[in-house]
Amino acid sequence: MALLEVRDLQIHFRTATAVNRAVDGLSFDIEAGEALAVVGESGCGKSVTSMSILGLLPTPPGKVAGQINFRGRNLLEASERQMRKLRGAEISMIFQEPMTSLNPVFTIGQQIGESVRLHENASRAQAHDRAIEMLRLVGIPSPERRVDEYPHQLSGGMRQRAMIAIALACNPALLVADEPTTALDVTIQAQILDLMQDLRSKVGSAVMLITHDLGVVAEFAERVLVMYAGRKVEEAKVGDLFRTPRHPYTQGLLNAVPKLGSSLTTAEPVRLAEIPGRVPDLSKPLSGCAFADRCPRAQEVCRRIDPALEAKAPGHFAACHFSPREVSAA
Amino acid sequence: MTDAPHLIEVRNLVKRFPIRGGLFSRSVKAVHAVSDVSFHIARGETLSLVGESGCGKSTVGKCLAQLIPLTEGRITLEGKNIAGLGRAEMQPVRKRMNVVFQDPFSSLNPRMTVEELIAEPLRSHRMARTRTERRTRVGDLLEKVGLPRETMVRMPHQFSGGQRQRICIARALASEPDIIICDEAVSALDVSVQAQIINLLMDLQKDLGLALLFISHDLAVVEHMSDRIAVMYLGRIMEIADRDAIFRHPRHPYTKALLSAVPLPDPSAKRDRVVLTGDVPSPIDPPSGCFFRTRCPMATDRCASDVPALRDMGGGQMSACHFAEEV
Repeated sequence: MALLEVRDLQIHFRTATAVNRAVDGLSFDIEAGEALAVVGESGCGKSVTSMSILGLLPTPPGKVAGQINFRGRNLLEASERQMRKLRGAEISMIFQEPMTSLNPVFTIGQQIGESVRLHENASRAQAHDRAIEMLRLVGIPSPERRVDEYPHQLSGGMRQRAMIAIALACNPALLVADEPTTALDVTIQAQILDLMQDLRSKVGSAVMLITHDLGVVAEFAERVLVMYAGRKVEEAKVGDLFRTPRHPYTQGLLNAVPKLGSSLTTAEPVRLAEIPGRVPDLSKPLSGCAFADRCPRAQEVCRRIDPALEAKAPGHFAACHFSPREVSAA
Repeated sequence: MTDAPHLIEVRNLVKRFPIRGGLFSRSVKAVHAVSDVSFHIARGETLSLVGESGCGKSTVGKCLAQLIPLTEGRITLEGKNIAGLGRAEMQPVRKRMNVVFQDPFSSLNPRMTVEELIAEPLRSHRMARTRTERRTRVGDLLEKVGLPRETMVRMPHQFSGGQRQRICIARALASEPDIIICDEAVSALDVSVQAQIINLLMDLQKDLGLALLFISHDLAVVEHMSDRIAVMYLGRIMEIADRDAIFRHPRHPYTKALLSAVPLPDPSAKRDRVVLTGDVPSPIDPPSGCFFRTRCPMATDRCASDVPALRDMGGGQMSACHFAEEV
């Protein structure tokens, strides 16, 4: 049994005029200690998926159906009281914007200690000591002083370290990180990714990393899940995905990003591969493959029948009507 | 040099933002946003300014476009000084220089139609006399950026982010400028759309002979777009050189660290990463000597006392490091 099993997850939002199918039939597993990356562009449903795992989506207007099994227990049936026991203790989350996710009127130490006091019945003094220990673990200099400072006294990179300290204070089994480095500069991003990798091996948490940056995926993840328009279009080990992407959308994404060092080899400026058009409107029912309108290989069948996810190679799944040979041969 | 003057020449640009406080709101301190920055841009070329947040790259762009006054220095457009000009004198300069900003949502007035938005510069520069003439020009501009003419009757909210950025570019092109300043113009866009806009900018540049000042933190995009690159840190240029020189053999430890920090979309790539420790120091109270020395793996005592000047390392590659030869 995997640590987390998501089965046929449906997340719909009711608007005044329509129902927006933000996530439409998503299934995936995360094994204990594994690093899984979820990639996709804005609106593909990756963030709402992560929010639904922690039960943080407001319902209504949201509606969540399917199963999210954590250690065999369906979290969608858990009460708010049970969820509160889980959050911060067994499943933690890191958000993109450390400034808005930290409470400005409490010290860093109080915010790290909060979950320790709640989940482990620690005393105030014990929580304070744990906070210092956690700050040291995430590499904040002079933690004895920093522990009593407020979020505004820390820089962006330090705040993100403090967020990670809060998330890991109770050694959770699963850490959900939603774009944890997007708001940071590259040199700080490199520090934070190294830190998360290092802590993963020390604490042993599984990490679900939500990102739009393929570079971050390649550096951090073991397995990758590519989402498009609320559906999983491809899933593979990180090496396989970058070596032989099987879905035309993944291929398009990889070709659309300029790569460091690639323009230097040619004298003439190279054009980036574009994915024409834009993502479909999720408030209208989709017939057939969601990517068909932008796909260079779309055939008539793609607009009629939604392709099922199938194994194209061992451990490599893609939702495309055309077999891997056909996909890569064109 | 006796050649014709460069399109844009910036000399010893300094921008300080005073911090007021105390009795009678005296200015007590200042944020040193840009310190002693010099560069030039030739016709039709792309110069990129790269660096992390707070390095002053956007401030340089704003000073150049005269959106904010500079503190010291000189900016010339084809040899004529444009720094500190009055409103009326700036008008002909503005015609030749336009800006595209990062966020296409906040740079378009939501109450104006696309036609009104793009016709505004045509009207203020008196470039099309009649309404029909203006409408034809707006239609041509929309087609140039890859949008159908008919969309001119629509409002900004009816467009996606990428399409709005196309409208912003059409508006920047309206006055037939010589240079466009792109301040993080593709940073807010998703990768597939980002590729469309990058291609569009490069096509327009080729067709119209535009110069671009491309301000970005994304080194992969910068490598793709630029002829020359200036790397900034804490308001100073650390290194400025041709693209190939910067990416093939950087001559400044900061450039090297910056390049090695970029995550590569290739899991098999193994590199020696120079991980910088600590954070960027405060621009209110920058370190003595070299601004980068507090995070530099090569720093010595000399770096704390002497400010390194930009030195020519051959082939026009300029580096502000005492030990540039050893990088």
